[in-house]
Amino acid sequence: MSAPTNDRIPGVHATPGSGARATTGLPVYLLMGLYFGVVLVKSEAASWYRIQEMFRFEAFHMYGLIGSAILTGMLTTWLLRRSGARSLDGQTITVAPKERGWVRYVLGGATFGVGWGLAGVCPGPIFTLLGSGAASMLVVLGFALLGTYLYGAVRHRLPH
Amino acid sequence: MTDLLDLLRSPWPWYVGGPLIGLTVPLLLWLGNRSFGISSNLRHACAILLPDAAKPGFFRYDWRAERWNLTFAAGLILGGTLAGLLLANPEPTRLSAAGTASVQALGVQVQPGLLPAALTDLSNPGVWLLLGLSGLLVGFGTRYGGGCTSGHAITGLSTLQAPSLIATVSFFAGGILSANLLLPVLMRAVQ
Repeated sequence: MSAPTNDRIPGVHATPGSGARATTGLPVYLLMGLYFGVVLVKSEAASWYRIQEMFRFEAFHMYGLIGSAILTGMLTTWLLRRSGARSLDGQTITVAPKERGWVRYVLGGATFGVGWGLAGVCPGPIFTLLGSGAASMLVVLGFALLGTYLYGAVRHRLPH
Repeated sequence: MTDLLDLLRSPWPWYVGGPLIGLTVPLLLWLGNRSFGISSNLRHACAILLPDAAKPGFFRYDWRAERWNLTFAAGLILGGTLAGLLLANPEPTRLSAAGTASVQALGVQVQPGLLPAALTDLSNPGVWLLLGLSGLLVGFGTRYGGGCTSGHAITGLSTLQAPSLIATVSFFAGGILSANLLLPVLMRAVQ
C-alpha cells in the first residue's frame, strides 16, 4: 500500500492542520455515532415504513422530525458561532461552504432520492440497521460502495 | 423497573427525536470543527479498499485525516445494536391509517421492526434486485450530489446553504417518484 497523497480536498478535509492538532479523541466520535444511531432507531427515521409514509405524504412524523432537526441545528449552530466559541482543540469554528452550482445537486440529489425511496435507507440507517442485525443491509452497503466507485470512475464525463 | 423498560422500548415522538438529530451539527463543530455528513464514509471506504493501480483520482487523498468520520460510522453500528436489539419497540410501527393501507397494497404487513420481512429474505432474487438497485443509486447519487440527508438536509440547511436546499428538494423529488411509481413495480418482482 503506497502512502496517501497529502492533498486536502475542500469539502472532504477540514481546515489545514486540523488533523494534526485534533485533541478530541476518536472514542468521542464513536460515542457521537452511537448517540446518533440510537436516535435514528428510536425516532424511527431508520424505518422503511416511515420513509414510505413520508414520500406518500401520509403522515407528519418524518416532516416534523426533519423540520425540527433543521430548526434546532440552525438555532444552536448560529448561537455557537455567534458566541465566538472555539472548538475544543482551539480552532475557530468554520463551516466549509458547499460548492456553487445546481446541476450536480439536482441530478445527484434526485438519483439518491430514488434509491432512498426503494430500500427506505439513507447512508446513516444503512450502518445502524446493520448493527441491529439486518444482514440484508450488507447488500445495500456493498452496492452503495459500488455506486460510489462508479461515480469516481465516470465523474469527469458528468455535468456538474 | 418494568415501567422504565417499557419507556425505553417505546418509540420517541418527532419533537423529541428531531431536536436530538439537529444537535449533532453544533456538537461536532464544537468537539473538533467537524462538518456532519455520513455518506463521505462510502468514499473513504473506497479510498481504503481500492488497490492503488485501480484507483480513480477521486479516491486519491489522505483518508487518514477523516478517521473521525469512519469512527462515527462505527458508532452508528453500535447504536443500532444497542437500540435495535436491546431497546427495540416490541409493537409494530404506528403508521397513519393511510400509510398502513399503502404498505399493505405493496404486499407488506406492518410487523414489529424497522424493516419488513419481505425486504430481508436474501433467498429471494427479487429482494437482491430491490436492495442492490437502491444501494447503487444511494452510493452514486450521494457522491454526485455531494451529500446525503445528514450532509445536505441537516447540516447544509442548518447553515443556510443554497446548494443544500437544491439538493434536499431533489432528494424528495426522486424519493416521491420512486416510492409512488418505481417501488410498486419492483415489489411485484419481490413477491
